[in-house]
Amino acid sequence: MAGSQNHNSATLATPAGGQGSVGDYLALLKPKVMSLVIFTAVVGLLAAPGQIHPWLGFMTILCIALGAGASGALNMWYDADIDAVMQRTAKRPVPAGVILPEEAFGFGLALAVASVLLLGLTVSIPAAALLAFTIFFYVVIYSMWLKRRTPQNIVIGGAAGAFPPMVAWTAVTGTVDAGSIALFLLIFMWTPPHFWALALFREGDYAKAGVPMLPNVAGRAETKKQILIYTLLLIPTVLAPVATGTGGTLYATAAALLTAKFLADAVALYRAGDVAAENAAAKRLFGFSVLWLFALFAAILVERLAGLPVLGAWF
Amino acid sequence: MTRPLEPFSPEDMARRRRRNIALAVVLLGLVGLFFITTIVRLGGNVAGGGAP
Repeated sequence: MAGSQNHNSATLATPAGGQGSVGDYLALLKPKVMSLVIFTAVVGLLAAPGQIHPWLGFMTILCIALGAGASGALNMWYDADIDAVMQRTAKRPVPAGVILPEEAFGFGLALAVASVLLLGLTVSIPAAALLAFTIFFYVVIYSMWLKRRTPQNIVIGGAAGAFPPMVAWTAVTGTVDAGSIALFLLIFMWTPPHFWALALFREGDYAKAGVPMLPNVAGRAETKKQILIYTLLLIPTVLAPVATGTGGTLYATAAALLTAKFLADAVALYRAGDVAAENAAAKRLFGFSVLWLFALFAAILVERLAGLPVLGAWF
Repeated sequence: MTRPLEPFSPEDMARRRRRNIALAVVLLGLVGLFFITTIVRLGGNVAGGGAP
């Protein structure tokens, strides 16, 4: 070993790597995605029927956040090659060269194991099992298998982002039931129109990276049609929390108004005549879709915190 | 595959030191998490009458 032959620190030879700062490692966790995961998980925790000690509730959210961070790090390890050619992702720590792929892999794997073990040992084994499946689904099913193979990647892969409220719900109840499935469906059905709107105005990025997103495989017209179809499917989906007794009057009102606006934006995008108008409409829909999801979960959160009654399950 | 060998610069060493401190904080936090969780679960079990 070179270093053992010369102890002068100025000439110590070491392998490349070890360049990442604490901030770079935090960036591997995809903090923006993590914040949405935490928010939806908190709603799942509070909406679940039953009681959980506040500390164990905190541990549940912490473990779900760590699991989401682990998924982000493992995704950045696997997708470093396509991240490097996409403008939106080129500055991520791995393609930027400040963290080696193997460092990101080790960091992500350690976090994944830690988050699942911590949740299983301290709170609930069924919830830990569901968290492990969530990480597996995002990393292996979505990132490794679907993302580079099919334009339906987002449709199936969207499940990974929909599991966190279900994991939190399971930490309270010990089981997966209709109420948690309703929250799952909200995110699951929201994902395709949200990401296809992004893919429309970032079409060049995905095409350059060779990722088969709907606009660069089926064309812009087909993408606009699919966005409209999935937005129409959101209408029965938003009823699910009401039907299962998870959402009350506030939620139902917010769902009706916001979904009407979502549909109006999807119709405007469908009717947009040229690329510039399409991109503008797609950006508007993308931005509103984030607000839509946040507001619907916030409505359920407010109902729980204020002790407002739910409308009663339909079955 | 071998990577090119490069000496650590003072900046590299400073980053490494900050990473080590962050790791120490995380490990200490983990100790605290396990301690509080043990107290919470133990307290709940004692209040509930414990195992038969």
